[in-house]
Amino acid sequence: MSLESNVPKGALAEKWTNYRSKMNLVAPNNKRRIEVIVVGTGLAGASAAATLGELGYKVKCFTFHDSPRRAHSIAAQGGINAAKNYQNDGDSIYRLFYDTIKGGDYRSREANTHRLAEISLEIIDQAVAQGVPLAREYGGLLANRSFGGVQVSRTFYARGQTGQQLLLGAYQALSRQISNGSVVMHNRHEMLDLVKVDGKARGIITRNLLTGKLERHAAHCVVLATGGYGNVFYLSTNAMMSNVSAAWRSVKKGALMANPCYTQIHPTCIPVSGEYQSKLTLMSESLRNDGRVWVPKNMEDVMAIREGKLKPTDIKEEDRDYYLERRYPAFGNLVPRDVASRAAKIATDEGKGVNKTGLAVFLDFEAAIQRYGNSEAISKGIANPSKDMIRKMGKEVVKQKYGNLFQMYEKITGDNPYETPMKIYPAVHYTMGGVWVDYNLQTNVPGLFALGEANFSDHGANRLGASALMQGLADGYFVIPYTIGQFLADEIRTPMIDNNSEEFVEAEKAVAERIDQILSIKGDQSVESFHRRLGKIMWEYCGMSRNAEGLNKGIQMIKDLRAEFYRDVFVPGREDDFNPELEKALRVADFLEMGEIMMADALNRNESAGGHFRSEYQSEEGEAQRNDADYAYVAAWSWDEGGNHQLHKEDLVFENVELKTRSYK
Amino acid sequence: MKLNLKIWRQKGPDSTGGFETYMVEADEHMSFLEMLDVLNEQLIHEKKEPVAFEHDCREGICGTCNMVIDGRPHGPQQGTTTCQLHMRAYKDGDTITIEPIRAKSFPIIKDLAVDRSSFDRIIQAGGYISVNTGQAPDANAIPIEKDQSSRAFDAATCIGCGACVAACPNGSAMLFTAAKISHLALLPQGKVEHTKRTSKMVAQMDKEGFGMCSNVEACEVECPKEISTDNIARMNRSFLGSIFGSEG
Ligand SMILES: Cc1cc2nc3c(=O)[nH]c(=O)nc-3n(C[C@H](O)[C@H](O)[C@H](O)COP(=O)(O)OP(=O)(O)OC[C@H]3O[C@@H](n4cnc5c(N)ncnc54)[C@H](O)[C@@H]3O)c2cc1C
Ligand code: SF4
Ligand code: FES
Repeated sequence: MSLESNVPKGALAEKWTNYRSKMNLVAPNNKRRIEVIVVGTGLAGASAAATLGELGYKVKCFTFHDSPRRAHSIAAQGGINAAKNYQNDGDSIYRLFYDTIKGGDYRSREANTHRLAEISLEIIDQAVAQGVPLAREYGGLLANRSFGGVQVSRTFYARGQTGQQLLLGAYQALSRQISNGSVVMHNRHEMLDLVKVDGKARGIITRNLLTGKLERHAAHCVVLATGGYGNVFYLSTNAMMSNVSAAWRSVKKGALMANPCYTQIHPTCIPVSGEYQSKLTLMSESLRNDGRVWVPKNMEDVMAIREGKLKPTDIKEEDRDYYLERRYPAFGNLVPRDVASRAAKIATDEGKGVNKTGLAVFLDFEAAIQRYGNSEAISKGIANPSKDMIRKMGKEVVKQKYGNLFQMYEKITGDNPYETPMKIYPAVHYTMGGVWVDYNLQTNVPGLFALGEANFSDHGANRLGASALMQGLADGYFVIPYTIGQFLADEIRTPMIDNNSEEFVEAEKAVAERIDQILSIKGDQSVESFHRRLGKIMWEYCGMSRNAEGLNKGIQMIKDLRAEFYRDVFVPGREDDFNPELEKALRVADFLEMGEIMMADALNRNESAGGHFRSEYQSEEGEAQRNDADYAYVAAWSWDEGGNHQLHKEDLVFENVELKTRSYK
Repeated sequence: MKLNLKIWRQKGPDSTGGFETYMVEADEHMSFLEMLDVLNEQLIHEKKEPVAFEHDCREGICGTCNMVIDGRPHGPQQGTTTCQLHMRAYKDGDTITIEPIRAKSFPIIKDLAVDRSSFDRIIQAGGYISVNTGQAPDANAIPIEKDQSSRAFDAATCIGCGACVAACPNGSAMLFTAAKISHLALLPQGKVEHTKRTSKMVAQMDKEGFGMCSNVEACEVECPKEISTDNIARMNRSFLGSIFGSEG
């Protein structure tokens, strides 16, 4: 299969503008007859559904949540990037584009990434107009902060709740369209399959999660905005219900899964505390603006801390290894995520981990508290402030910036991070891979689109902080409303799609059989226990560091686990009832296949790039070593019912940036 | 630690439910929901139906979790959602009673899960600013005073969990509704539609069967985001047609 990216011709900076002005349009009277299904109400889905509704399409929107407002996007903390250059610090569209390409280790499509940077400006305008209370300075203008991998301050934020506020903005826009009838909202409906008619995506099969009833929903096209697949690792920062099923079911119907091995392991999360642990909590990257990462230099100190004989504050300055500042003086604590995570792994592999399990490093705010305290004293004209006063004022500033994160940390760990450094460790956070899409965000299945974290499009092998919110909203508000016309303009004569056609009836029957099968296994092990075991295999063999031997082993282990699942899983309850265990079982069944394709992709990619680190391919200093001659391509995988997978390549063409070794030194 | 749990079990919306007692072994580092996970794993192991409860983010932001613990929505800790509550708040031998939110406008689905779609309909009635995508002026075109914006933010942090309704003897949704109205009214962008928005949202609130507010203020105490009842006062003032926002 040849993969056509459909990137328009012309100069990079003009592609989107020119393309947009020449695109096919659908006249208002025709829009009223055209139905669009949007699955998902996170930033990508809610913004898309709202905007398509505003444009006059008949939108049917679906979420498995009880309300659109609960999508996983709600949990995003730190911020959203935009090349506004409000700080006058040298930012520009080109710089945001370049940072994103470089941050992604030169594995993303130039044209998509540039479009994203262009659109970033409009997103902030839109959000403010909707009433999103982004942070402001005393003068009343918008405030910014810095995120990893960049040297400008371009991140807009709403305390530590940026995702919540942006999602509520999109949710409110969506609510407005629901109230005027242009969007029909189906809460608590889970998409369990895609329906194709004559090769085109024409609908979905859903399960009403309250009654268990299967339903057939038809439309002229289908938009997936169903989020990422990080929960394949069981433990991740994703919400508990986030899953891959909508995307994976679409792959089984002919779409392709692109770059599945690119997983983002976020460096600053609260470490695992025990076997019962159900999820991991992120401590926003914004904390690295002010937090310094360190471990003790001496093993005696490490042991004393672990045994509780010494407190971290007892360790003298000269006995601390601020390893990020040491190894990467130019970016220091603000190196990109993949780099920071690997450095933490190196420190703990050397035995320097600072908690009982040996899997934690410190994130320390004392220097920031002192610095802010001193500058407050100066600005308030306090001469000779006492040490206590400085700390008190400094803590107040830190509280204003990160108060809710500090509180969250204390609730979970019982430690007070104003007085003792946080303990952090990398955790699975985001998936750069996803459904393959072209420049129009259309998959290789005509009429099937994918937006937000569900697609693979803009972040290459590593995503920079504060860029997922930007991408989700760019896709939903400003890309799909235009590009969907390229497909729909040819559909204006297509009558309403009939949901009683053979294709729909067959698809529904297949879903019913799948549910029956899982319920009738009646084995002895819980769904949860399988998910946990899958997660451990993934983390061990396809986590922060991978190699061919481990991946081969991991693939076999997943195959075995999958076989065991279909032999011995126990799913209580009935299909025609509210049954969260059944929901989980169907999701885990799909993860058990997704995990395998991730490993296959990691095995195929004989290089290290961004979040994909193959220990066989590293420099003498332990940095990732790419192989541009052989691997500057998107790896897009098909998977058939028999579990056979096949690789399809889209070569990445770089016309504007020169491929270099990434350096943050 | 060993705990006795008294949990409300109810098969469906129309069944009559009742308390059942369970024993569970927990660890002080667990979250409350992880303790319930342990119970559910135990029940599944015994081939019984696990307790249905709702949750998702498990970090206090999505508003999905919502049970009433020992008579208090989200349990004993101030400013804390159920999912953020940790077992170090309990000790060996404790008995904990867990039941669903009971409110006319939040019908029970099963066990601890309730239907809060009435909240969505209140927002749909007018809890938004009418601006289409692409119509916005530059984000810095209208400066907004920092404290003002910060007050709007405080109101905007509502997670839509429904604890305020559960806490209220009248089952009123005043705090939830007032928080959204305040959030939008405190911003220049939201002022334009303010009067219409307020009357439409209040009308919907009544239509959903939520009770009247009689200033008990239990809602503020139980709200995990500590949304202030000042918002209710603000909303009442504006609802009565007085000039809104003059307090800045
Ligand atoms: C803790 C945390 C903090 C983060 N902080 C930041 C940050 O500061 N800045 C940043 O840029 N990014 C951040 N991210 C990443 C970012 O939040 C996500 O990538 C982004 O929100 C994903 O949005 P989405 O719309 O693509 O998907 P989601 O928000 O995951 O939404 C998916 C939607 O699809 C629905 N859905 C899924 N499958 C189905 C199905 N089968 N049937 C029906 N409905 C379905 C769900 O119900 C949901 O509505 C963070 C992520 C985490 C985990
Ligand atoms: S006002 Fe508070 S208690 Fe009520 S829904 Fe919002 S967050 Fe929950
Ligand atoms: S599960 Fe999200 S707030 Fe508790």
